[in-house]
Amino acid sequence: MLKDITLGQYYPGNSPVHRMDPRLKILLTVLYATLLFFIKGFLGYGVVFIFTVGVIGLAGIPVPYVVRGLRPLFFVIVFTAAINIFMTPGRTAFRLFDTPIAATHEGIYMAVYMVLRLSFLVVGTSVLTLTSSPVALTDGLERLLGPFKKIGVPAHEIAMMMSIAIRFIPTLMEETQKIIKAQKARGADFESGNIFRRAKALTPILVPLFMGAFRRADELALAMESRCYNGGENRTRLKQMHMTLSDCLSAAIAALVLAAAVTVGYMGIL
Amino acid sequence: MIQVENLTYRYPKGDDHAQTYVLDGIDIKIQPGEFVAVVGHNGSGKSTLAKHFNGILLPAGGKVYIDSLDTADRALLFEIRRRVGMVFQNPDNQIVATIVEEDVAFAPENLGVAPEEIRRRVDWALKAVGMYDKRMHAPHLLSGGQKQRVAIAGVLAMTPAYIVLDEPTAMLDPVGRREVLDTVLKLNRQEHMTVILITHFMEEAALADRVLVMQDGRICMQGTPKEVFVQARALKSMGLDVPQTIELMYALKAAGLNVALDTVTAEECAEEIMKLI
Repeated sequence: MLKDITLGQYYPGNSPVHRMDPRLKILLTVLYATLLFFIKGFLGYGVVFIFTVGVIGLAGIPVPYVVRGLRPLFFVIVFTAAINIFMTPGRTAFRLFDTPIAATHEGIYMAVYMVLRLSFLVVGTSVLTLTSSPVALTDGLERLLGPFKKIGVPAHEIAMMMSIAIRFIPTLMEETQKIIKAQKARGADFESGNIFRRAKALTPILVPLFMGAFRRADELALAMESRCYNGGENRTRLKQMHMTLSDCLSAAIAALVLAAAVTVGYMGIL
Repeated sequence: MIQVENLTYRYPKGDDHAQTYVLDGIDIKIQPGEFVAVVGHNGSGKSTLAKHFNGILLPAGGKVYIDSLDTADRALLFEIRRRVGMVFQNPDNQIVATIVEEDVAFAPENLGVAPEEIRRRVDWALKAVGMYDKRMHAPHLLSGGQKQRVAIAGVLAMTPAYIVLDEPTAMLDPVGRREVLDTVLKLNRQEHMTVILITHFMEEAALADRVLVMQDGRICMQGTPKEVFVQARALKSMGLDVPQTIELMYALKAAGLNVALDTVTAEECAEEIMKLI
């Protein structure tokens, strides 16, 4: 089940999108996510659609693979749509089984917008994680936050925590599997009973898992100190980042397309 | 040279071990290029001793000098840790990065080494442990032995003079154990690295130039593997094993055959048996 989540995974490749400087990619994703909420009209979303599919195509990732990332959010999207359809005041479109709960025309419009926004948000941001390795992402983030160190943002520490967290996800998953098996062998039952019973049955998994995680953290800290770790001060990096001319050009083009998507909405076309 | 002079250590008060000394007057000299094995059963203080070599623990009494640098001097801490690389038991808990070569680069990055020099060291270290082909792999996809070799490479990238390995094979399968030992031997023989191997496998200790046997925070026996293992009875009374080769000779002797008892390697053992036939 956990393996099906494409959100936040890395899809190895060597496309222009993969090779783009992670700093620019992060900035563009932030721009994309923000502008999504300023787009009015379906034409604007049409432009975003073409742009998103274009980038995914350029990255060489199969579109269905990216769309699968929406699956875990299916419930959230349906719920948002329902709330919008029935809770927005306006002209009544239809009533639900002759109850006072009414769907409005405005609500339906709103719901379509929200569904589009959420879907593009998830798909668009997953393009970032799909095309950048965790190392590139954390590195990019550290460097982007670098200037904010002066006002006390612990840029290096944030990046370090992120990369250690990513590093230990598979290790802890493996450990969880082991604990589940061990507890099952002792007769633990995780499959029957109502939701509260099942939640309670998780305790014998979570307690050893947390104990193990703390022990690991202890040992890791020791190993890091033994390798002269002393925070971000005077640290150098094996991989240097280079922003190339083509990086800047493609970022500029992307920004222009996104700006166009917003503008067509405001121009009142459709 | 590593010099340990009358080292004592006990865990801070309030702990279970408040009253007993974990280390109780230890004197050691380790020469450059030596391969020293430290053996002892659980709780003999061998891991505590290992943690003194790079200043993770500081002596409660006595001194530890690394190339005449005092480990108790805070200002020298990073230089000492650079010179004494430390490899721990659990390979999973000492790998920091999500890509092998990034992990090997971790220590030189911390030391502020220039990027081109880091590249050179990473490539060299990975080749030295035979993991260069896997440099772009994710560590969690490697076997235990491979992970431990990456951990060794991560330490080598600091260009240390000494490597301390604290039971590096305890969590590995026989294949992984072999890989790690071969790597350690190669580093000692070819790169002239000084190796201190903490272990409870006597077959591993038998490969060393010198074996130190610890009990109750003291060094109670030391010498070449031959000199130490020939005292099989004393070792057994301390709850320690002897290599199977020695075990066999004792069994043959007990059966009334006239054999030498100091056959540490399988070859020596075979020769001794050939003499009988």
